[in-house]
Amino acid sequence: MCLGIPGQIVDIVDADNHLATVDVSGVQRTISVRLLEKDPPQPMDWVLVHVGFAMAKIDETEALLTLAAVERLGEAYREEIEAFDSSSIV
Amino acid sequence: MRFVDEFRDPAAARSLIAAIEDMAGSEHHKFMEVCGGHTHTIYRHGLEHVLPESVELVHGPGCPVCVIPMGRIDDAIWLAEQPDVIFTSFGDMMRVPGSKGSLLDAKARGADVRFVYSPLDSLRLAVDNPDKKVVFFAVGFETTAPSTAVTLVRARELGVTNFSVFCNHVTIVPPIKAILDSPDLRLSGFLGPGHVSTVVGIRPYRFVPETFGKPLVVAGFEPLDVLAAVAMLLRQIREGRCEVENQYSRVVRPEGNPAALALLGQVFELRPHFEWRGLGFISQSALRMRAEFAGFDAEQIYEMPGVRVADPKACQCGEVLKGVLKPWECKVFGTACTPETPIGTCMVSAEGACAAYYNFGRMHREAAQLVGQSGLR
Ligand code: SF4
Repeated sequence: MCLGIPGQIVDIVDADNHLATVDVSGVQRTISVRLLEKDPPQPMDWVLVHVGFAMAKIDETEALLTLAAVERLGEAYREEIEAFDSSSIV
Repeated sequence: MRFVDEFRDPAAARSLIAAIEDMAGSEHHKFMEVCGGHTHTIYRHGLEHVLPESVELVHGPGCPVCVIPMGRIDDAIWLAEQPDVIFTSFGDMMRVPGSKGSLLDAKARGADVRFVYSPLDSLRLAVDNPDKKVVFFAVGFETTAPSTAVTLVRARELGVTNFSVFCNHVTIVPPIKAILDSPDLRLSGFLGPGHVSTVVGIRPYRFVPETFGKPLVVAGFEPLDVLAAVAMLLRQIREGRCEVENQYSRVVRPEGNPAALALLGQVFELRPHFEWRGLGFISQSALRMRAEFAGFDAEQIYEMPGVRVADPKACQCGEVLKGVLKPWECKVFGTACTPETPIGTCMVSAEGACAAYYNFGRMHREAAQLVGQSGLR
């Protein structure tokens, strides 16, 4: 459950409420970027996504390397993406 | 060196392993990886077999699913069985055994238990089901606690009245300290947790070198990160240094995430003490909600039984969580206790040492023995 998966910010859907759409391996969901309110991410930025929140900004190289590493987790990765896919936050 | 070829950069792995062999010398080094994510990486990639024999990795208490005691699971099940309650939890917690089964068993008996990806999904359920009472089972270290904090702030902003949190958030420093205080284990240093440190930064670990004279290196989760961090620990020892270093600086900033820390402080305060599975009570080791959030605090709203339940006799999770026993040394490992029918918590989450070893470790161990016998190594 401590997995952090890299995702790319697609759109800031509600800046006041710190909500953004993020793309994780082709699955797009809304997440909260409130934990990064001091340095808000912009579209195209990569972030580490954990339980529906952007935890940290990361650079693209790191994002792609981490993504490759978590994809190799197999089952745990699939479960995480499925869970992410099921998410619909307020 | 069969396993090395599976690495993203086998050449880099080889040169790190050579450096480790060189620096380790003949002395025995025992490093604890605090975080369950590291345990997973180590077993998944068979790292313990590519390291020289003089370097031993032992597992620590950093899997949040593994440290929740039986009594808290029983309370969670009790909550789930209250009338009109929708009980929500991360998937990992659903199979953790309490004294009378797991949340999944409660669900099978008819309780409305649902798995959610995010605490915000749980809040969404509360908004969508105004005639129900939605409870979120919050677990996790400082990695996850800020997410619960934001959810509570959001619940207050939205004026939601049918949402509460059963808070079981724990903090990373007290168990490290408890382990350093205990005479059971003689450690040479620590691999510090990666994602927890994105929130707390590297400063909270200073007591490890300053008070206990052990080095600590915050490490990333790729196999190369773990090897690089081991090399950094050995270099410190070799050069007579003892510091907190950051191998994972591409993600972890020294100051952590100030916004997340501020939210944690706004919503939570330290509990005087909290029980950890296998480790017993540790003072100031967990978070509870501040008085301003009492209206969202399941422990204030519901009269939970709150009974302390001793761990099952057969279970040796405490020893595994302290790094005293390896998973396969537990008497019920792989026989009575498997991921399908876990007796202890370490067998449940993919980050638990027993589950990680059950899934990957044995395979590597057997393969390594074969390689050893054939003299290839
Ligand atoms: S094998 Fe099962 S009972 Fe034994 S330490 Fe591991 S999780 Fe606990």
